[in-house]
Amino acid sequence: MPPTLADTATTIQSILQGWLNSESLAMFLAAVIHVALVAGFFGLPAGIFIWAERKISGRIQDRLGPTRVGGKFGWLQAIADGGKLIQKEDLVPEAADGPLFRVAPYVVVVSSLAAFMFLPFSDGWIAISLDIGLYLMLAVMSLEVIGVILAGYASGSKWALFGGMREAAQMVSYEIPMSICVVIPIITAGSLNLNEIGGLQSGHLGNWIIFHDPFSFLAFFVYFVCATASCKRAPFDLAEAESELVAGFLTEYSGFRWSFFFLAEYASMFAVCGIAVLLFLGGWHTGIPGLDGILDGPRYGSDAYVWTWLANALGFGVFFGKASLLVCVQIWVRWTLPRLRIDQVMMTCLKYLVPISCVLFLGAVIWPLALSFSGKTTIWGTPTGERAAPTMRLDSIPGPADQSPTASTSNGETGP
Amino acid sequence: MSDQALFWIFAILAGGGAIGVVILQDIVRMAFSLIISLGSTAGLFFLLDADFVAATQLLVYVGGTLVLLIFGVMLTASGPFRRIQMSSGETFVGAAVGLLFFSVIAFTVIDVEWETLDRSHRPVAEATNDETGNTSRAIGLRLVGIPADTEVGIHKDRGEKTGYLLPFEIVSIHLLVVLVGAAYLARAKRQETSEAAGGDA
Amino acid sequence: MDASLTNYLLIGAVMFVSGVVCMATKRNGIAVLMGVELVLNGANVNFVAFSRHTSLGLDGQIVSLFVIVLAAAEAAVALAIALNFYNNYQTIDVDRGDKLQG
Repeated sequence: MPPTLADTATTIQSILQGWLNSESLAMFLAAVIHVALVAGFFGLPAGIFIWAERKISGRIQDRLGPTRVGGKFGWLQAIADGGKLIQKEDLVPEAADGPLFRVAPYVVVVSSLAAFMFLPFSDGWIAISLDIGLYLMLAVMSLEVIGVILAGYASGSKWALFGGMREAAQMVSYEIPMSICVVIPIITAGSLNLNEIGGLQSGHLGNWIIFHDPFSFLAFFVYFVCATASCKRAPFDLAEAESELVAGFLTEYSGFRWSFFFLAEYASMFAVCGIAVLLFLGGWHTGIPGLDGILDGPRYGSDAYVWTWLANALGFGVFFGKASLLVCVQIWVRWTLPRLRIDQVMMTCLKYLVPISCVLFLGAVIWPLALSFSGKTTIWGTPTGERAAPTMRLDSIPGPADQSPTASTSNGETGP
Repeated sequence: MSDQALFWIFAILAGGGAIGVVILQDIVRMAFSLIISLGSTAGLFFLLDADFVAATQLLVYVGGTLVLLIFGVMLTASGPFRRIQMSSGETFVGAAVGLLFFSVIAFTVIDVEWETLDRSHRPVAEATNDETGNTSRAIGLRLVGIPADTEVGIHKDRGEKTGYLLPFEIVSIHLLVVLVGAAYLARAKRQETSEAAGGDA
Repeated sequence: MDASLTNYLLIGAVMFVSGVVCMATKRNGIAVLMGVELVLNGANVNFVAFSRHTSLGLDGQIVSLFVIVLAAAEAAVALAIALNFYNNYQTIDVDRGDKLQG
């Protein structure tokens, strides 16, 4: 079991405890540090992609994008945007339902931030490593829609109401094919723990789950479409369709509440792309057999911790690069494809994506059976890395007989 | 220590949200209050070592059922129906009956000696044979009908063989029937309104 | 007080009673639905609390899972009924659905 951020927090807690002589205060401070770390991982991609969106959209539209702020590439643009938005007046319309209007952005941002608790950025670089990490992450991310609906309803504006209703219909529908597509790599990996799923895909490129079987390959694209829709990105951004609904649920918002919605949108783009990378694209692994072997290999000696940390940092770079690439594809799609109509959006989901994902799911279930006739476990011959280990079978689940006496080492991190 | 603090936070939010649903008059605020209540219940489930149930609560209940409910609110709560006032007499009777009912349950709960049932020396986390305290694997095994009971070691003497496979299958068929039924009801509705109100939004 | 079984049962009781009162007093059809959800959830809290603190074991958690799933199904059907009611009566006030009264 690699050291997780949760362990780090426990370490911080024990250090602080010796220093402060107070368990609750130490626990509180450790929690604050822990949350600050996750919030950093939450804010970093959002800041980068707000800038990237402007640059990429500029290039696609044959212009330069922001150039004046922050030197050559305008890299301070995101911070300048933030500064501008904070200065704006925090308006609440008279027709709005004040408390709900004010609380809606927080619901969106908190659910998006909470999703980052379950996202491993590298081997063990995960805030809370749970057996149901992926399930919980999807659950938390599905709460984002509530904030959007509340924003739409509490604004007291017809445009906002339409935006909120569209969002509700769209999210409830697109969650179905998205969840089914997420299950397909789980069948292959035999685990819901995102850290484990990522760890399984070391070794050569064929170990990535997307290349495991043709159904996984197709499931990745279906998942990506659904993920784009679940972040309400174009061509599925019906909730804020500015050509019809002014700005949809965002119409009445200004200042930092408005910026919260955008922070959450870019962060959840990164989160869904992170899930895609972990489930299909090898997680933090490079896909180069020798390199992965070195990075994952056991380390001994006094400086083993440092080397593990460096390997994890490299893994973080790989993971971040892959996820960023997918986010850039989402940006590219947004500035290339026209927006769909709401009935087209619903039809795409219910008439095409749901049946396709169901067929893919069935195929993925039958695939190991079909392969077993040819006597192989993958189509790529002998798997390498951790996948070479036999997959979990029902009879290999530890019973009470082979239960280790140290079974009570629960890390107590099951809180949300 | 921290568990207790978290328990009180979640308990107050869950109970307060539930009471808010009763007290508030605006249907949208009621819905939000319900979200708070059910979301905090998920937090309580985490504190009770039921991580899978908590995640299901968040995913199915809060993220699915309540979104559907709010959708219904938005479709029906136009103008006058957003607030339907009760008369003060009704409010009083409701409050009185509610308090009475609650006190009956509360006295029963406090009166019974639960310690005789207390098995906290063998919490679920230990019973699932999982060093991380995760319950998902044990629950999954039971749902597909593998006699996980013998593994868990609690009901070894009863000799149950099927686990929860039959209820699981019944529920899946039930869901299918509900899916068809709800689709049928929604379909009939749309045909009626197509000329009156120009279809649903 | 410790976060013991009694406390969880009391929270469950608060939710249950709130739900019952909500079902009985509210006239908005959707609000009645919310009451049903609260009742089911109060029962769920009890199930999971018993699962943690008594010999019920995982059975309590599994029953609560079934409750969650059935509540979702119930909400879908009830919502479809409520919407049909709204279409037929142009109101969501359940007291107005008295056509069958003799």
